[in-house]
Amino acid sequence: MKKRLISCLIICVAVFLSARGIDAAGKIPDRNDVFPEINLPEPAKTYEKDYLGIPEKGSFLLSHIKADIVIVEIFSMYCPYCQKDAPGVNELFRMISENPDIKEKIKIIGIGAGNTPFEVDVFRKQYDIRFPLFPDESFSIHKAVGEVRTPYFFVIRMNPGGSSKVVYSRVGSIGEPDEFLQSIIRESGL
Amino acid sequence: MIVILFAAITHAASEQFKGKIYDTGILKPFDSKTGLKAGMTAPTFTLPSVKGEKISLAQYRGKKNVVLSFVPAAWTPVCSDQWPGYNITRDLFDRNDAVLLGISVDNLPTLHAWTAEMGDLWFPVLSDFWPHGAVSKKYGILRSDGVSERALFVIDKKGIIRYIDVHDINKRPALEVLIKELEKLQK
Repeated sequence: MKKRLISCLIICVAVFLSARGIDAAGKIPDRNDVFPEINLPEPAKTYEKDYLGIPEKGSFLLSHIKADIVIVEIFSMYCPYCQKDAPGVNELFRMISENPDIKEKIKIIGIGAGNTPFEVDVFRKQYDIRFPLFPDESFSIHKAVGEVRTPYFFVIRMNPGGSSKVVYSRVGSIGEPDEFLQSIIRESGL
Repeated sequence: MIVILFAAITHAASEQFKGKIYDTGILKPFDSKTGLKAGMTAPTFTLPSVKGEKISLAQYRGKKNVVLSFVPAAWTPVCSDQWPGYNITRDLFDRNDAVLLGISVDNLPTLHAWTAEMGDLWFPVLSDFWPHGAVSKKYGILRSDGVSERALFVIDKKGIIRYIDVHDINKRPALEVLIKELEKLQK
């Protein structure tokens, strides 16, 4: 009986520790923090690979994106705020894409927390989103960035050598796209 | 031997609902067992909607396929993270000649306030409050604490159940699974 109880306790502790290890959320990266290196799946569309400047096939790291600044939106297809904000983020993308001085320097990606590829595609089609969106079905990226509420925007200054620094980290709408763009250019020193 | 399992169920909470969501913690995944199966006739019902209508399953007979989306409770994490998604997928339901009926055991004022946060929902939202949980009980999905399971029923135009998903209450069902089941009705 005593041996069984000890075995049971050992199993419980082992399960608890492994669960904590697997499931413990990261801290939300704040301004001046290094952004965690996240692994993203192969983009669904060829034009997305070209846009990001990443290898032809397979998954890739955020640091592989050819840009000086990467804007990361953590969203969900199921999030009403993300739905309302989508036109504004599209406008931001349009403003960047149509500006020859910054279009190759600033890139935007969206990560669908808890969304399947199908669900991400629904969001893409519903709002005619032209920048790359990635599913995060298992919430692994969402955990790595501190299980943020949605929509959450990180603006990351990509430094040579693969390091990165967060210059903007905030929940909620980006507000007026032109003001947001001007502020991130200013904050990042671009 | 007692094994205690620690599981982390995550969801991404919308900023829309900040400060308004009641954290239920992790619940027992299932707490009922429906006797209904695909191939059976769907139990009939009439329930009030938040828009002031009385909605009956029978009114769709011969006209539309029906998806019943039972969610346990307003103002709770996963439920608040489910119907807003359906709100932007009306075209997927239309394409499959289907309507969606959202049902919970909450009363009408509660449902009104909660769904108002989601924007203007295109689908009827029905209250199974009184007699409490009567429709959930008919469908065999009333939990012992008085809420329904998180469940989807796909019912064809003849009133026959074609698909049932009584889902882990802590998780949101994947949309594509539901849409695939609807597409099967078109074949």
